[in-house]
Amino acid sequence: MFDWLFRYANPARFMGLTTTLLPWLSGAAVLALAAGLYLGFSAPPDYQQGRTVLILFIHVPAAIMSTMVYGCIVVASLFSLVNRHILADVAARTAAPLGAIFTLLALATGSLWGRPMWGVWWVWGDARLTSTLVQFFLYLGYIALWGAIEDETRAARICAVLALVGAVNIPIIKYSVEWWATLHQGESIMSGKLAGVFLTPWLVMMLFYVLLFVCLWLVRIRTMILERRIRSLMQGAS
Amino acid sequence: MTPFLALLSRDLRLSVREGGGAALALVFFALVATLVPLGVGSDLALLAKVGSGVLWVGAALAALLSLDRLFQADYEDGSLDLIALSPLSLEGTAAAKILAHWLSIGLPLTLFSPILSVFFGLSAPTVMALTLSLAIGTPAVSAVGAILASLTLSVRRGGLILPLLVLPLLVPVVIFGAGMAVEVQTGLANGAPRFLLAFSLGATLLSPFITAMAVRLNLAG
Amino acid sequence: MITSLTAEKLAVQRGSRRLAENLGFTVKAGQALALEGANGSGKTSLLRLIAGFLPAAAGRVTLTDDGREISDPEERGRFVGWLGHHDALKASFTVSEQLAFFGKLYNAPSAGSIAGDASGASPVTTGEEKRMALLDQAHLLEQIGLARQAELPCRYLSAGQRRRLALARLLLTQRPLWLLDEPFAALDVAGKGLVARLIALHCGQGGMVIAATHEELGLGNEVLRL
Repeated sequence: MFDWLFRYANPARFMGLTTTLLPWLSGAAVLALAAGLYLGFSAPPDYQQGRTVLILFIHVPAAIMSTMVYGCIVVASLFSLVNRHILADVAARTAAPLGAIFTLLALATGSLWGRPMWGVWWVWGDARLTSTLVQFFLYLGYIALWGAIEDETRAARICAVLALVGAVNIPIIKYSVEWWATLHQGESIMSGKLAGVFLTPWLVMMLFYVLLFVCLWLVRIRTMILERRIRSLMQGAS
Repeated sequence: MTPFLALLSRDLRLSVREGGGAALALVFFALVATLVPLGVGSDLALLAKVGSGVLWVGAALAALLSLDRLFQADYEDGSLDLIALSPLSLEGTAAAKILAHWLSIGLPLTLFSPILSVFFGLSAPTVMALTLSLAIGTPAVSAVGAILASLTLSVRRGGLILPLLVLPLLVPVVIFGAGMAVEVQTGLANGAPRFLLAFSLGATLLSPFITAMAVRLNLAG
Repeated sequence: MITSLTAEKLAVQRGSRRLAENLGFTVKAGQALALEGANGSGKTSLLRLIAGFLPAAAGRVTLTDDGREISDPEERGRFVGWLGHHDALKASFTVSEQLAFFGKLYNAPSAGSIAGDASGASPVTTGEEKRMALLDQAHLLEQIGLARQAELPCRYLSAGQRRRLALARLLLTQRPLWLLDEPFAALDVAGKGLVARLIALHCGQGGMVIAATHEELGLGNEVLRL
């Protein structure tokens, strides 16, 4: 089933494939950003939230990417453990800082967006925001663990287990935070209704985020593969 | 005496002879319970409100203290190799160590908590709920901690990043654990006990398998 | 009764470094194999591979027990008596406590021949078993030359004494396949003589020994150079 994947997972083929793909992907990303911003600014301001609803175009996609990137790490981790493929190791490791940045962006914009509504910079009662904060710590822990283990192959397996343990825990964490928010605050504060006129710009921005992540991810994987090659050349290995 | 009991009793003895037993954890627990009022003020009404939460956090932190050596000590002196080759499976080894950690750290913390709750002026029913929640939740702390301890057993100074790794995963335990005390304080049933019990059971049942997997990964080094 | 250990086209890999390639050898019951090579050549890794800790990067290792072929590394480990670089001794435990722990951990049979002793009586009750175990451990310590140090905490043992205790533990666990990493290290002439005698005895009883060492095992053994 995954034969096609393994064919391109050979590092040499991977480098070749991405060399061709990257210019197109980055071009598409720039287009998506331009289109998304244009559509977003040309839509009528929401009567309730004003231009701050635009933060919606930056915050919500970032929050979704935060979870999606972790999902990518989990998939890469599975391949890492089961197939012991070096590309899976590199993919998981390089995605993490990107995911952490998306998470931080989501937190910052969530706070910025929330302030006009809440009057304060942070509200614990927002279950999603609080869960995102815990997710941020999970990313930091994952990145820290990669750096702490010297043997790269061992680090890959161990971090893969960590990612999977985190993956199992995340739904539980999200549920417990929601439960806790309802307990202490009544109803959850943020509502997520999107008027139709905002749906298209939002989808385009979401596309931009995904393309941005893929481009950055591929670049980072290529960089890491090159670094490993240089290192093995210096070591004198064949 | 079965291999499981042999390892359990050895770990318990080691904890007392070389680890200072529960003393460090209990003192740390007491210090947290002391520092918080010093930090937030002596208003007993406020302290009563935050008390169960603070004590739960304090217990979780205190339980983390000896966690990094759970597997690392045996790994470094070669004992882990010998234990792995014994008739006791790695899953059994993990279970023995989790139980030893809970008996030597988690249980003492639980039994000590009623005394510390005096610092926060908690009512008797709240104290009972808190103690019960610790009794149910601290095994989960040992279980989840063991997974991370086994993953980091080859990391020198792994004790520094261990809290970073363990604490986010303990969010549900702290939430539901403190939630049990809140249930009594507000008089409204909120379902916390069964969630805590479910998490604890799940964690203690699954942890030996994941921990064993992590030990295998590290022994291959 | 294990009869042979065979390695076929074995590749030893540690992390991303290939240490040895295409190794093949057979050790039969009663034989010893010496592993020789420079530091870092993979002797310890090969021992760990045979013990079942390290997965083989290529090829396989098969242990034959009573005609049954065992290739599962963890199952193979149940036949291994391990003597590694580290002594695995806890500073606060006394010599006899350490032995007692490992005896219980390994379900070491209490009666039976240890170090050439022939005592075939099987104990009837657990109390009897315990007494036999204690007697045997005391006997073992005597044979190893640590009888006087029985109640001494391990932190006070010299390097040579620690090694002897590790040897006693090896004898106690009564495993047929001995994997020894530098067994002569830290021992004086008498100690080295003891090790050589124990290895010879073990092989004489039908056991197998694979040792990473620079010194002569003195058994007309095979040598594998890494």
